Amino acid sequence: MQMSSRMKNILTPIIAVFLGILVGTIIMVASGYNAITAYQALWNGAFGDIYFIGEVIRQTIPYILAGLAVAFAFKTGLFNIGVEGQLLMGWMAAVWVGVSFDLPKIIHLPLAVLAAGVAGALWAFIPGYLKARFRVHEVIVTIMLNHTALYITNQVIRSVLSDGKERTDMIADSSSLRSVFLESITDYSRMHWGITIAIICAIIMWFILEKTTTGFELRAVGFNEHASQYAGMNVKRNIILSMVISGIFAGLAGAMEGLGTFGYMAVKGGFTGVGFDGIAVALLGGNTAIGVVLAALLFGGLKVGALNMPLEAGVPNELVDIIIALIIIFVASSYIIRWFIDRVSKKGVK
Amino acid sequence: MEYVIEMLNIRKEFSGFVANDNITLQLKKGEIHALLGENGAGKSTLMNVLFGLYQPEKGEIKVKGETVKITDPNVANDLGIGMVHQHFMLVDTFTVTENIILGKETTKGGVIDIKTAEDEVRKISERYGLAVDPQAKISNISVGMQQRVEILKTLYRGADILIFDEPTAVLTPQEIKELIQIFKTLIKEGKSIILITHKLKEIMEVCDRVTVIRKGKGIGTVNVNETNPTDLASLMVGRDVEFKTEKTDATPGVDVLEIEDLKVKDSRGVQAIKGLNLSVRAGEILGIAGVDGNGQTELIEAITGLRKAESGTVKINGKNVLNLPPRKVTESGLGHIPQDRHKHGLVLNYTIGENMVLQTYYQKPFSKSGVMNFKKIYDKARNLISEFDVRTPSEYTLARALSGGNQQKAIIGREIDRNPDILIAAQPTRGLDVGAIEFIHKRLIEQRDHGKAVLLVSFELDEIMNVSDRIAVIYEGEIVAIVDPKKTTEQELGLLMAGSKKKEAGEDANV
Repeated sequence: MQMSSRMKNILTPIIAVFLGILVGTIIMVASGYNAITAYQALWNGAFGDIYFIGEVIRQTIPYILAGLAVAFAFKTGLFNIGVEGQLLMGWMAAVWVGVSFDLPKIIHLPLAVLAAGVAGALWAFIPGYLKARFRVHEVIVTIMLNHTALYITNQVIRSVLSDGKERTDMIADSSSLRSVFLESITDYSRMHWGITIAIICAIIMWFILEKTTTGFELRAVGFNEHASQYAGMNVKRNIILSMVISGIFAGLAGAMEGLGTFGYMAVKGGFTGVGFDGIAVALLGGNTAIGVVLAALLFGGLKVGALNMPLEAGVPNELVDIIIALIIIFVASSYIIRWFIDRVSKKGVK
Repeated sequence: MEYVIEMLNIRKEFSGFVANDNITLQLKKGEIHALLGENGAGKSTLMNVLFGLYQPEKGEIKVKGETVKITDPNVANDLGIGMVHQHFMLVDTFTVTENIILGKETTKGGVIDIKTAEDEVRKISERYGLAVDPQAKISNISVGMQQRVEILKTLYRGADILIFDEPTAVLTPQEIKELIQIFKTLIKEGKSIILITHKLKEIMEVCDRVTVIRKGKGIGTVNVNETNPTDLASLMVGRDVEFKTEKTDATPGVDVLEIEDLKVKDSRGVQAIKGLNLSVRAGEILGIAGVDGNGQTELIEAITGLRKAESGTVKINGKNVLNLPPRKVTESGLGHIPQDRHKHGLVLNYTIGENMVLQTYYQKPFSKSGVMNFKKIYDKARNLISEFDVRTPSEYTLARALSGGNQQKAIIGREIDRNPDILIAAQPTRGLDVGAIEFIHKRLIEQRDHGKAVLLVSFELDEIMNVSDRIAVIYEGEIVAIVDPKKTTEQELGLLMAGSKKKEAGEDANV
């Protein structure tokens, strides 16, 4: 029996994760650590306590949105490496609105979230427009704009949002995503309402791409520009639209950090990494909405659980990064895994 | 009897689907043997079995009388079997010689010895009259030359048996003539050839024997001098095929498409259409005859809105649509069967169903307020698939998975179903077998009989002569003559297409 492609899509990332953990084990054993204790520590650090679960979900929120941003662009034939920059712009816009106004929550919070989405969209519009109008490759432009965003946000924090300080004030409570309720049921973790926004965005992405005429056009343009033009679709408009929607997701990821986890924005020496991890999340999730949510959960778990590994098992943090990197490598080489699945399932017949 | 290759009772299955069922093919030394079958009949599968890419479930392969097991292409190479693929496998940035020695490099002390290799390539090239420059870069030589490089590649590896997969599909008529000459030289030098094709004319011209397969089954082998194209066609398709499509006289009405003084530049900025005038009337098929590259592509692209024109007017039903976006042109009542079905006609990664609504997805009932109604879309697709005999496992199959003929039928179904007042058909039968060609011609004529206008652009004179009610000859971006297909000859058309402007033809042809 030939395995259905759907089955393969599910099996491939699972095998990739398994292989990553397996090779991680070998590395740990080779470096003289007890792999079993280490993985136990990882598990406990992620799911061993309701507090950790809350933290995992908190970490998952921006991963979902960053993953959706990458996946959405990817589904429409574009590679948005600029999620990191769009996220920073979104973070800054959200915090800006958060510290500048004093409004009722019902207006203030949506306004701050909206500002983040718009900022991300504008930042993604630039590469979208350049690609549509002048055929400039979006990868190059977005990489450059990541750095531009990093330095712009740093400068704005120092000179506009504070008096030469390294961080902004705390946002007004009326614009915060923090939830006393969610914190209390998770033993005072930093879990916040952003999770609902992230899940809603995942549903929106699925709906737009799979159910609307806009999504039909976006995917068509991603697959074949010539046929799309022949069919009467506006190719340039669709390229820009795709980047803009992707940028909204990225900007919202920034809002989650600014309005939820931190409540402020600090000057950064380097990137947050969330935007780049979003690429891995999208890849692991097969660029589907549900896949992104699951992959983000895995990454969130690894990231939070890892903090426990040095404490409980004495394994250095870096090893966890190595395992995450290995998983990404195996996902990226999913072709090999697919080939392997094909061979095994064919053998099964004979 | 001396056979160099015998494939006896070959059977090959793909997860339940029988691609080759009990097929026997015997190749004599020094003959050109045709393997004839419709698109998807199993020709390529059979040859891939011979070339070691597939293992047969049943059957026996003998090379020069000895039973062999061809486990991979290297074994095939060692047995002297070489294959010239339809899609060339060449590295564009390498020279001819570099491509030929790829994987079998001559070395001297660990360094590639290009000099010796070049000499060797030149020697072989001269011996077989291939006239290939060993130092030329692949990207700088014509498609015909690239094919010769592929031939050289097999000869360099010592092939005695050459398999050609649809070798003429990509060639110009002149190049085809040269290729046939090369075939003859190869035979004279003691090689044997298997020619995979569905072009009957070629078989009659160059082959000695022909093995016919139909739907995966071996139908038989016949001597070419004891058969004729009509018999071959019915053997291949399994029923009688009409080469000359039956049709009544046209009863043309008003002008549907009017083109006046149209000027269009091509992608390099050269004037491709130089003030062209043409009109197509309701209830007629106007064929545009011409040698490739005389502005046909630019003309179609300008009419359909895919390319900006310099000046002029293009009217559909009296309304000027020049330089409107493609959607506006489509909505004015135009259908377009594009020349390149993979580039323009289909989104290959979309299902057949999705492709069926490529221009109409935003209209009711396929969507409402921006939300797609996939049930209605796939209902529609199912109807079109059965009406236009598109052979596909289901409407959910990706367009990519269909054979060329079925992809084309899907496009034609989609375009005709929109019931356009003017249908532009560009090379609608390119690469298709006789059965599919007959079907498509009938549909075009049916469209005409419903009082619609059809503009047919084709490089195949047979097709133009057969289907058109009027023929407009295009030469260097202008219509140089309009002739009546009943009163003209291939010779006359050929002369016109080559640019000999005679009489202000056509007046009498305006039936």
